[in-house]
Amino acid sequence: MKDKSRNEHHDDSNKTSRRDFLKKGILVGAGTVLAGGIVTSFDAFAQGGDTIKVMTTDGKVLKIPASQAIEVGARTEETMQKEGRLGIPGRKWTMVIDLSKCQNARMCMAACQSAHQLKPEMHHINVLQMDHGIGTAPYYMPKPCQHCDNPPCTKVCPVDATFKRQDGIVLVDNERCIGCRFCIAACPYSARVFNWTDPKDKEKYEELEYNMEMNVPQKRGTVTKCVFSADRLREGKLPYCASACPNGVYWFGDMNEDAVTNGTSKETVRFSELVRDNAGYTLLPELGTQPSVYYLPEKDRRVPFKTDLNLNEKHH
Amino acid sequence: MAELNREESKRTLHKIVTDLTSPIQKHYGFKPWIFSLLLIIGVGLYAYVTQLQKGLGATNLNDYVSWGLYIAGFIFFVATALIGMLISSVLGLIGVKWIHPIARIAEMIALGFALMAGLVIVFDMGRPDRAHHLFLYGRPQSPIVWDLTVVLTYTAISLLLYILPLIPDMPFLKKTIHNRPKWQQKVYNFLAFNWIGDREQYRILKRSIRVLSILIIPVALAIHTVTSWLFALTPRVGWDSTIFGPYYVTGAFVNGVAAVLIAMYIFRQNFKLKEYLTDFHFERVARLFVLMMLVYLYFNINEYIVPGYKMKKGEDVHLLTLFSGHYSGLFWYTQFTGLLLPIFLLLFKKMRKPVPTAIIGLFVIIAGLLKRLLITVPTLEHPHLPIQNVPESFHSYTPNGIEWAILGMSIGGALLIITILAKLFPVMPIWEIAHDKGVHEDDIKNYDPKEYESNKAIN
Repeated sequence: MKDKSRNEHHDDSNKTSRRDFLKKGILVGAGTVLAGGIVTSFDAFAQGGDTIKVMTTDGKVLKIPASQAIEVGARTEETMQKEGRLGIPGRKWTMVIDLSKCQNARMCMAACQSAHQLKPEMHHINVLQMDHGIGTAPYYMPKPCQHCDNPPCTKVCPVDATFKRQDGIVLVDNERCIGCRFCIAACPYSARVFNWTDPKDKEKYEELEYNMEMNVPQKRGTVTKCVFSADRLREGKLPYCASACPNGVYWFGDMNEDAVTNGTSKETVRFSELVRDNAGYTLLPELGTQPSVYYLPEKDRRVPFKTDLNLNEKHH
Repeated sequence: MAELNREESKRTLHKIVTDLTSPIQKHYGFKPWIFSLLLIIGVGLYAYVTQLQKGLGATNLNDYVSWGLYIAGFIFFVATALIGMLISSVLGLIGVKWIHPIARIAEMIALGFALMAGLVIVFDMGRPDRAHHLFLYGRPQSPIVWDLTVVLTYTAISLLLYILPLIPDMPFLKKTIHNRPKWQQKVYNFLAFNWIGDREQYRILKRSIRVLSILIIPVALAIHTVTSWLFALTPRVGWDSTIFGPYYVTGAFVNGVAAVLIAMYIFRQNFKLKEYLTDFHFERVARLFVLMMLVYLYFNINEYIVPGYKMKKGEDVHLLTLFSGHYSGLFWYTQFTGLLLPIFLLLFKKMRKPVPTAIIGLFVIIAGLLKRLLITVPTLEHPHLPIQNVPESFHSYTPNGIEWAILGMSIGGALLIITILAKLFPVMPIWEIAHDKGVHEDDIKNYDPKEYESNKAIN
């Protein structure tokens, strides 16, 4: 599944738009003109290496040594690191979780675990069975990272390995994380998990370049958490969990556009209206964390709650 | 102090020098002690190598209780290290004389435990290979960076406060210790810093010690306050407390005094220093001990009774676990053997003698470690949202053999540092003790052991 998603990603980057193509042509062309003046290019020809054709800004088609051509916009680990830290400009991502729809199908959990190479006990998103006691109805509550606007986790990180981006997403850089787990202690939503031992299928993924926006490959001794599927957002797609849900639980979108799209029906509505009309709320608002994830109350549920509530009694 | 006549003065000084330097030359059970320490450290090293190979998964820690024995151990080490500041600085600055034979012991404990505190935190890291990231990417808003800064500063000042009062002792060591390896003589030579013992040198020395003693007070308060903030700055039930700073600092003093009492007893027996660490000294330290425990008890009452009276939702689960639930046995054990019983027992003069105080100290320090485990773990077992869809083992935490072995290695390491210091240098300042006993300045300055060796036959 993971490989599939990576392939998808590469396919997409090959399906470049006309504008992208022109941009690449311009940059590569300019690079070639500069390089042309330098002896190295002659050396490459002299050595009889493979050549490729590129088009310059003024429409000329040039041959250059293939070994010297760099695809503009190719995602190397370096660029992924840089983009990953910056985020997507102009966006402020938000998720609305409709608790009245959740039937505990757990497709979200499966899709997420598969995309992020997680072991079965590691949850970026976890569907909890909630019960507030006498007189209230139990319900299912999917719980991703809340991507707080005042995140307790990023504040305490000693090395800036976890940080908040301009588009509101809280990410982890597992190349920098020292594994002190202060962020796990600080998170009131228990949203963070740790790679206590070697990650799942370590040998299979070890060689992959680190993609911060997916936080894969996972690394032993580092923290991981929900990334709001930052890689999918960059491609204009909905997060893995939202897309996998069969019951229409997830709405995802951009607060700046005031629009959220349902992961199941693909219907798009106004974010502010959805939250206002359905009495949306955030989790543990008294802590002042200002989550980016909103919940719609568990009213009018059509499915009976198949209780497994002794799970909730596991408090000591 | 009583002025001694010249003959008495010389004789007294010689006795002090002999008493305090002979443990450096003779071994009383030194080898079995070092062997056991090295064995403990060896076992711990094996455990740590296992942990390095498997990752932190070799421990019983999990995604919910992600801090356990190592972090509790870290607080315990920092707490014990704080004693250097209380005894040699606070009491020293207000001119308490009876601390003179104890101050260096306290400073040795401070050094040993502060150095190991730094290591314990590395044992807890998922990626110890990236420890340098703290210096490359350290962010000033993280309490870990504050902690790192103050712990390093405290260790440095403690080291200076250990070394400076050693300087006037070096001439005595150079003159009396001949059967030790050459490097040891070189160390003495180096640390003497050309000490001749004139008034000007003493003036500079005492002034420097005074400045450092003042400097170390805010630093020491800072290290334990910041350590408490690693917890108090997170929005978790049981940690989210405004009195965590002073609660930790007073708890640290209790722990530190307990450690000093145990060390005093061991040095008194093993180093044959009964004349220097007298019943009077134990009586005084025991009184200090009671005072510290009363203050700590006061903070405990505030920490538990205030939220316990209200039993707010969320807090109730946590508090009931401690008062009557899963952790009640451990909780009441630490309260009784770590506070209530010791305070009660030490009210009696008979109990403020060397043996009972050392035993009480041992109980208090064990309770101290367990108490820190109780501060760390139960809170993490009760997060705001329920623990679900994870293996049964994630619901609770008990440290496993690997964790105990690594903590054992850390304690062994601290004891090894203290032992090495005690084997290299006198455990009390010869010059200060001699001065207190009325030895003439000139005799301290011009001490010559040969004078006595030739007279031995006559005496």
